[in-house]
Amino acid sequence: MMASDTGETAMATTKPNSSAVTSEIAAVVDAVVKEFGADRNRLMDVVQAVQQRLGQISDAAVHAVAAGLSIHAVEVEDMVSFYAFLNREPKGRFHIRLSKTPLSLMKGAAEVAQAFAAAAGTKIGGTSPDAEFTVEWTNDIGMADQEPAALINGTVVTALTPADAPAIVAALRQSQAQNTLPLFPGFGAQGAALPQARVEPNLLQAGPIVFRQGRRGDGVRAALAISPESVIQQMTKAKLRGRGGAGFPTGLKWKLCRHSISEAHHVVCNADEGEPGTFKDRVLLTEIPDVVFDGMSIAGYALGARHGLVYLRGEYAYLWNSLQAVLQNRRRLGLLGSNVCGREGFDFDIRIQLGAGAYVCGEESALIESLEGKRGAPRDRPPFPTERGYLQQPTAIDNVETFACVTRIMEQSPDWFAGYGTRESTGAKLLSVSGDCPHPGVYEVPFGITVNELLDLVGVSDAAFVQVGGSSGQCVAPKDFGRRIAFEDLSTGGSVMVFGPGRDVLDVARQFTEFFVEESCGWCTPCRVGTTLLQKSIEKILGNRGTLADIAALEALANTVTRMSRCGLGQTAANPILTTMRNFPQAYEARLQPEPFLPRVTLREALGEAVAIAGREPAAEEGMA
Amino acid sequence: MTADKVVFTVDGIEIEAAAGQTIIQACDAAGVYIPRLCYHPDLEPAGHCRLCTCKIDGRRSSACTMPAAPGMVVESNTPELNSDRRTLIEMLFVEGNHFCPSCEKSGDCELQALGYRLEMAAPTLPYLWPKRELDATHPDIFIDRNRCVLCSRCIRASRTVDGKSVFGFEGRGIHMRLNVDAKSLDDTAIAAADKAVHVCPVGCIVIKRTGYRTPYGSRRFDQEPIGSDIEAKRAPRKG
Repeated sequence: MMASDTGETAMATTKPNSSAVTSEIAAVVDAVVKEFGADRNRLMDVVQAVQQRLGQISDAAVHAVAAGLSIHAVEVEDMVSFYAFLNREPKGRFHIRLSKTPLSLMKGAAEVAQAFAAAAGTKIGGTSPDAEFTVEWTNDIGMADQEPAALINGTVVTALTPADAPAIVAALRQSQAQNTLPLFPGFGAQGAALPQARVEPNLLQAGPIVFRQGRRGDGVRAALAISPESVIQQMTKAKLRGRGGAGFPTGLKWKLCRHSISEAHHVVCNADEGEPGTFKDRVLLTEIPDVVFDGMSIAGYALGARHGLVYLRGEYAYLWNSLQAVLQNRRRLGLLGSNVCGREGFDFDIRIQLGAGAYVCGEESALIESLEGKRGAPRDRPPFPTERGYLQQPTAIDNVETFACVTRIMEQSPDWFAGYGTRESTGAKLLSVSGDCPHPGVYEVPFGITVNELLDLVGVSDAAFVQVGGSSGQCVAPKDFGRRIAFEDLSTGGSVMVFGPGRDVLDVARQFTEFFVEESCGWCTPCRVGTTLLQKSIEKILGNRGTLADIAALEALANTVTRMSRCGLGQTAANPILTTMRNFPQAYEARLQPEPFLPRVTLREALGEAVAIAGREPAAEEGMA
Repeated sequence: MTADKVVFTVDGIEIEAAAGQTIIQACDAAGVYIPRLCYHPDLEPAGHCRLCTCKIDGRRSSACTMPAAPGMVVESNTPELNSDRRTLIEMLFVEGNHFCPSCEKSGDCELQALGYRLEMAAPTLPYLWPKRELDATHPDIFIDRNRCVLCSRCIRASRTVDGKSVFGFEGRGIHMRLNVDAKSLDDTAIAAADKAVHVCPVGCIVIKRTGYRTPYGSRRFDQEPIGSDIEAKRAPRKG
């Protein structure tokens, strides 16, 4: 049964079973709504808090939230149903979400998932009869360097083996933790028996720029010594380009934002690090969050903004408490709040908005929609966020690493920064290296490094192919390992996944395609339908049912999805297929059948259900093979 | 040319737009038809279907959301764009369950008419055969989600014109569905006179007991291809 149907069935059958339950729900929702000022734009916080306290966002809760915010229930459902981490249905007291990526499966995640399901007494995708455990797959959680990894009620556990599962499940069973669902921050402590997050920092090479030694606040003070326009000029002079992957010039973005006339401007830090294989923002926010926040304050000064927002992906909820402590400390030190660094009239503060499991929210306009408490559907541009962004006001959205670079540029100088890297891509880049690699982790390298040089650095001598730029990036063959990692050649937001001999390049492309099926927002036709059709097509070829005609049709479809999709997700969703077609044609050819056409399924498969019902094979007729 | 006029070209045809008009608005007024499905002249554009995608100064963008600007060079009626549009129509056909011969909207359906106009013979893409729900609970209005193309016209009309917000989306990606503001349609505030009921481009939201008042063969797109009304504004046909 399709997910859409289960939703309808559940709506018809789950009714609040007593007025006592309903009034408890109403009381909780009422308190939560008040906590967030009955502000419709804070719907994300409201429903997360409701889920935290009630375990799910039931029909009764949806109606109470709608009433509290003076909106329609259908609007609350529209938003809640979009996010993977928001539950309309009840889940187990402990929600185990295992990361499912090509890398995690290479490291044994399937066996780990089976072990958790067995220990918990359920199947993968199910909840145990005692309602203690839900075991599910989730997409990349930003731990590619220490897979297999999982989120347990928001806590990260890494480097799992099947042998770990029984002990973890037993410890959880004994824990007194009463908060039944992802321990989204701010609402009570976890039970002491819960496994602690075991995230290894894995900063393996600190370079001369981002991870240089600096003093907290120096960058901000350097900015305050010059005019806001001069700060923007410094970014332009450094030729700083956005580190999220798109590489838009930061100085130009800030200039456009500053020049948009409005009551208020906003600075947004994109910490929705969702591209599979990327985890460098996790390391930045763990190791040097002050450098990131310094950069946001500098942007606040340059743009004339009072409000900074960090959009932190739901998978990184475990960083919430430490980041809040850093922000609190900055307020205490006068680095946030009124008159920042003693500058009369420069008020700037930062709020963290937690996401809830949606890759597309890394796209800047989808991120804004999510910040406003809506489904993460991208917007049509123009207008661009620099003109009309958060709350329809001018907004500059930059990647975590970009803000760290901003700080370093102000601490040192634009010329110093531009002295590293290439002409088009100045400075250094943090690369998250993972996969068949003896030392997975984050490496700070100058832009322009070749794939070969990088592989030498990380100790790989036998890579069969390298995926640069995550699932939306490019699959690079050994003949191209001389290419450079830079905006003008192989562009990446930081993800480098190494695949050794014996890995099936086509199966990896299929898994990335499946990822896009799950993460497509559904707003536009080519991406919503096209990703599913791409998946069916590559499955047909992998199932040895493909012919030359299928290759031509697949390429045409992939190009249409690329050309017609509304946002970057759809425009790059066919990249796993297109780049493997280009770089590994032999992998496709090896699976092709000689016939001019083969149907997707065999007659036997097509009749399988009927045979099962009838309990007998169909009577053979002439011509039926 | 005055200050509040904008002149640009579409496929070499010079178009004059009023300030603030989108490309599709200006082209409609000038009698140049750009294929579209989710766009409706009485509603804010939403950019779902992507059929109106044009090459605008070399970059693809949806004509329904792009404001006209002086000197823009727009390509619309090109083999490449029409081929991509035809694929989009095919996608919508295989995504839902569309059985034109038995559909009461046949001949009046914009999806079907676009299939004809863009010369789609039969879908070449695999059918997805989804399981979709019907809702016949309301005395006057019927919803058949088998035919829904997720264009959001009803959602926008109900919210901005009717002021009722009867409709919304639920879920994401290929599992996205049209949702109503209650367990079933009869519990919502909808009425047959609402704008939301009259903007559906396909046979998803229909008014009961009216489907066959106009016989097959005499309906809008039985007479002439979709877009003909717009094109009639431009050049009176010869002969």
